[in-house]
Amino acid sequence: MKRLAKLPLKISLSIALKNISVRFFRSMITTLSLVLAVAFLAFTLVSNDVAQSLFAVGDINITGKLSTLGYDISPGAESISASAKQRWIVVLSLLVCVVGIVNAQIMSVSERFREIGTMKCLGALDGLVVKIFIIEAGIQGMTGSLFGSLLGMISALLMGMLRFGMLSISSISWVAVLNSMATGILIGTMLSLLGALYPAYMAARMQPVDAMRVEQ
Amino acid sequence: MATKDVVRVAEVTKDFDLGKIVVHVLKGINLEIQTGHYISIMGPSGSGKSTLFNMIGGLDKPTSGKVFIDEVDIAQLDAYELAWLRCRKIGYIFQTFNLIPVMTALENVTLPMTFAGIPNDTANEKGMDLLNLVGLDGRHAHKPSELSGGQQQRVAVARALANDPAIILADEPTGNLDLNTGEDIITLLKKLSKERKVTVISATHDYKMLNVSDKVVWIRDGRIDKIQNRDELNIQTGGVEKTTG
Repeated sequence: MKRLAKLPLKISLSIALKNISVRFFRSMITTLSLVLAVAFLAFTLVSNDVAQSLFAVGDINITGKLSTLGYDISPGAESISASAKQRWIVVLSLLVCVVGIVNAQIMSVSERFREIGTMKCLGALDGLVVKIFIIEAGIQGMTGSLFGSLLGMISALLMGMLRFGMLSISSISWVAVLNSMATGILIGTMLSLLGALYPAYMAARMQPVDAMRVEQ
Repeated sequence: MATKDVVRVAEVTKDFDLGKIVVHVLKGINLEIQTGHYISIMGPSGSGKSTLFNMIGGLDKPTSGKVFIDEVDIAQLDAYELAWLRCRKIGYIFQTFNLIPVMTALENVTLPMTFAGIPNDTANEKGMDLLNLVGLDGRHAHKPSELSGGQQQRVAVARALANDPAIILADEPTGNLDLNTGEDIITLLKKLSKERKVTVISATHDYKMLNVSDKVVWIRDGRIDKIQNRDELNIQTGGVEKTTG
């Protein structure tokens, strides 16, 4: 008996893209929780960048105002770090977001039980099924985090302008902002992939005969 | 023997463990199927015909006994070999059509060829030929939801033929179709089996199938009740039709 060769990544990619584009609205909703969570993360990070650069200006008035806004400024400190409370809220929001992603991906797998089973009957290898789901999650994660961190960055900058005027923009370090956005995108994409791992494994392990048995 | 056995089932049993009780679905089945034949597996629901059918298709593993396809014991195959078998050797047709809803008719037909590693252009060309063959010219860009049941099943037949399989497994192919459409699909399958020397194995309780079958395997309560050849059949179907009509 001959063996089936593994397929190039291109094919899983094209199937995954087709799935996303056909279920566009659906994938948008799946991605929305990620967009919001990453937006919150990026908002916090960029807000800190803004505060940091304002603090570096060294104006007593501004430092006082930052302090009243809840930034922990210990006397004699050189920089501002995110407060513990802030960090906890971000971690919690990301946690909720991962649970949301796992939930949405499991739904998407069980919705497609028959489709996956059919593909397996036609000769799809387990690896291909895993790849399709991981790629889908990766694409959703990347676009979602990109939009999320843009949203977070813009709102953080606007907030800074509202509170401190143009000084917040003129003094800001753009490298730090870009860095924060990249962190947001990276974390968002990683979380999306993490959330898709188990559902993808579940899909790949399914026996075609079980998939056929599912009533729809 | 002039023709060789493409499928051989030897002493196959299958139990389903439901926790508290074990259901013995198949209780020792022996069956040989020759190349190019059109076989119907008949039996009431719950008789085990779908289970037997899944065993032949390599979709399920027997509890004991062996299933050979081209004299290869399929229990010995690894995942890659099994995938090759499903992709190149067997074409599946399902009662519920099971087309991929997000793909067009042509993409559905070319999918098994993609899995087999056939380049896109060749696959598309062959896919169009197959769609023409099953009488769906000009429908290649339609999604399954835009096709009628009979048309969807035709796409499924074209898809089953994509990699020129030796065996077509059809699980109640007419179960979700009306009388005329069902008859069309049966005629189509018979024609393909004759022209392309494909072995067609179908599980069914549709009596229309009997007229075209070379052999009918009757399953009852997990055992083979009887195997009838075509010449014995015509009399039988006449009898059946009289009693039901």
